[in-house]
Amino acid sequence: MIINSRFFNRSELVGFATLALLLFVILPLSLDIFRLNLVAKYLTYAFVAIGLVICWGYGGILSLGQGVFFGLGGYCMAMYLKLEASSVENTKIQSTPGIPDFMDWNQLTQLPFFWKPFHSFPITLLAILLVPALFSFIIGAAMFKRRVGGVYFAIITQAIAAILTILIVGQQGYTGGSNGITDLRTLHGWDIRTDHAKFILYFVEVVLLFGCILAAQFIRLTKLGRILVAMREQEDRVRFSGYSVANFKIFAFCAAAVFAAIGGALFTLEVGFMSPSFVGIVPSIEMVIYTAVGGRMSIFGAVYGTLLVNFAKTALSESFPQLWLFGLGALFIAVVLAFPNGLAGIWQDHVQPRIDRLLAARKKPSFAMPGNSVAGGAPAE
Amino acid sequence: MRIGHQPKDFLLAVEALTVSFDGFKAVNNLSFYVEENEIRVIIGPNGAGKTTVLDLICGKTKATSGSIQFRGKELTKLKENQIVQAGVGRKFQTPSVFEDLTVFENLEISYPRGRTVFGSLTFQRDEAVKERVEEVAEMIFLRDRLDTYADQLSHGQKQWLEIGMLLIQDPDLLMLDEPVAGMSVSERAKTAELLNRIIKDRSVLVIEHDMKFVEDIAHRVTVLHQGQILSEGSMEHVKKDPKVVEVYLGH
Repeated sequence: MIINSRFFNRSELVGFATLALLLFVILPLSLDIFRLNLVAKYLTYAFVAIGLVICWGYGGILSLGQGVFFGLGGYCMAMYLKLEASSVENTKIQSTPGIPDFMDWNQLTQLPFFWKPFHSFPITLLAILLVPALFSFIIGAAMFKRRVGGVYFAIITQAIAAILTILIVGQQGYTGGSNGITDLRTLHGWDIRTDHAKFILYFVEVVLLFGCILAAQFIRLTKLGRILVAMREQEDRVRFSGYSVANFKIFAFCAAAVFAAIGGALFTLEVGFMSPSFVGIVPSIEMVIYTAVGGRMSIFGAVYGTLLVNFAKTALSESFPQLWLFGLGALFIAVVLAFPNGLAGIWQDHVQPRIDRLLAARKKPSFAMPGNSVAGGAPAE
Repeated sequence: MRIGHQPKDFLLAVEALTVSFDGFKAVNNLSFYVEENEIRVIIGPNGAGKTTVLDLICGKTKATSGSIQFRGKELTKLKENQIVQAGVGRKFQTPSVFEDLTVFENLEISYPRGRTVFGSLTFQRDEAVKERVEEVAEMIFLRDRLDTYADQLSHGQKQWLEIGMLLIQDPDLLMLDEPVAGMSVSERAKTAELLNRIIKDRSVLVIEHDMKFVEDIAHRVTVLHQGQILSEGSMEHVKKDPKVVEVYLGH
């Protein structure tokens, strides 16, 4: 994949560079490690939001269950870290040494079969990608082949999020229950709790985030991206142009799931635990709000939307914890009513034209970009 | 003019086709045959089942019983996209184009290559695609609007664009549902000219109410009434049929 003028147009390139400058330079230099780790935590949700841009913004498939895939990725990583933290020396006071502590508390005497592959780091990395991909493929195939879509699909994904939460909480001996999987220490022998490790992990995450941005941009620019847009408005016309609409929907849903899972795995690393409170209905809906605030057609907007909402959440819930949910609800209503294209839409309609006019006035008079130039990297419709 | 009387010589053979919606038979034991390079127009009063017949052929509606043979393939068993790939193209009554995409992109999506998920991920906009898109855009009078978003087009231009999207598919059987409805007089004349040009080398099945237009293009006319064939033959023959005059043309 070559980043050339065809891959990004002028304003997308500016958007890309601005985001890179912000995440690679400005934030690490200006924030202490505690705040930087907080940003890292927020950014794990940006992976989900980017996935939703492809799946919801482009494909028109609203999933209210992205927490499921975030959680699957996060739990895969947490299982590996937990096994590493549960070595025989570390757990010798348990009645069965060598298994995770919560299993011992729940009278399990041996490691369940589905935990065993997570002794291996390469298998864990594969599982982080493949488990959510497979799961989303099954859900997608079951729904889209039967032409279940729209609101029905959204409700079903929400139900799946609820089911998975209940399952995790109920099967405490296998999953750690409502506490989740905690007390994670090392990744392949490397202590992830130190400030230095958090600093490194932040950069690893930002690199991966840009990887996902490029992947999403690639999808957007292929014919598949245009078919997603086409499908969103005229599903029948796509079908009668010779395409299997279900397969394209499954692809978009799986891609969003894999992005979410990468975010979830990084969340476990950054925060040091994983629990069912990041899987259920409320976090899944919050993830959709990040995308809506950023602008559901904008890959860069998704990142800014995620950061902004999470900063607001932290600020508000530090001072008025009860008010946050109301604030979030109000924000969502405001975005839907007043700014259906979110931050990216505001940028595109109000800021970019002014910049273009300024540039046009300063340089050659003919330099002004046409109306469909893209704002802050926000893709034009 | 007519060659052969064996069913296999027909491009499309619809036999004993029936579809029932909750007991109401929208199409009832319908049989008709379309030959290679034939232009067949289906006329009939509202609710006669004309659009349903097209829906059945292209797979949008599943038949209750009966068979639709297209070049020996049984279409009732295929999915919509497989029917398209077998060579049947369908234009809808209301223009259905992709308004958030440009004219070029609309046409490109219909280009018959890279129709699988991974095919479309690796699809390249090469010279063959560009040439074909430009060629078709020329035919549908949109050569200079290639970069226009389809939502900026007029109603008539959207109809042409959809016809263009079908042309790129290059189907052996082209099905058009009221192609000139809602068009201005000048657009109508241009559309007739367009249709006359594109119907070469393929069979066409048209639903139309505009009798002048039907007379201009039809080789044969099928009159539907309450899901059954009322009359079939040349326009002259159909016009003189007293049953047709009574239920349809007399109004």
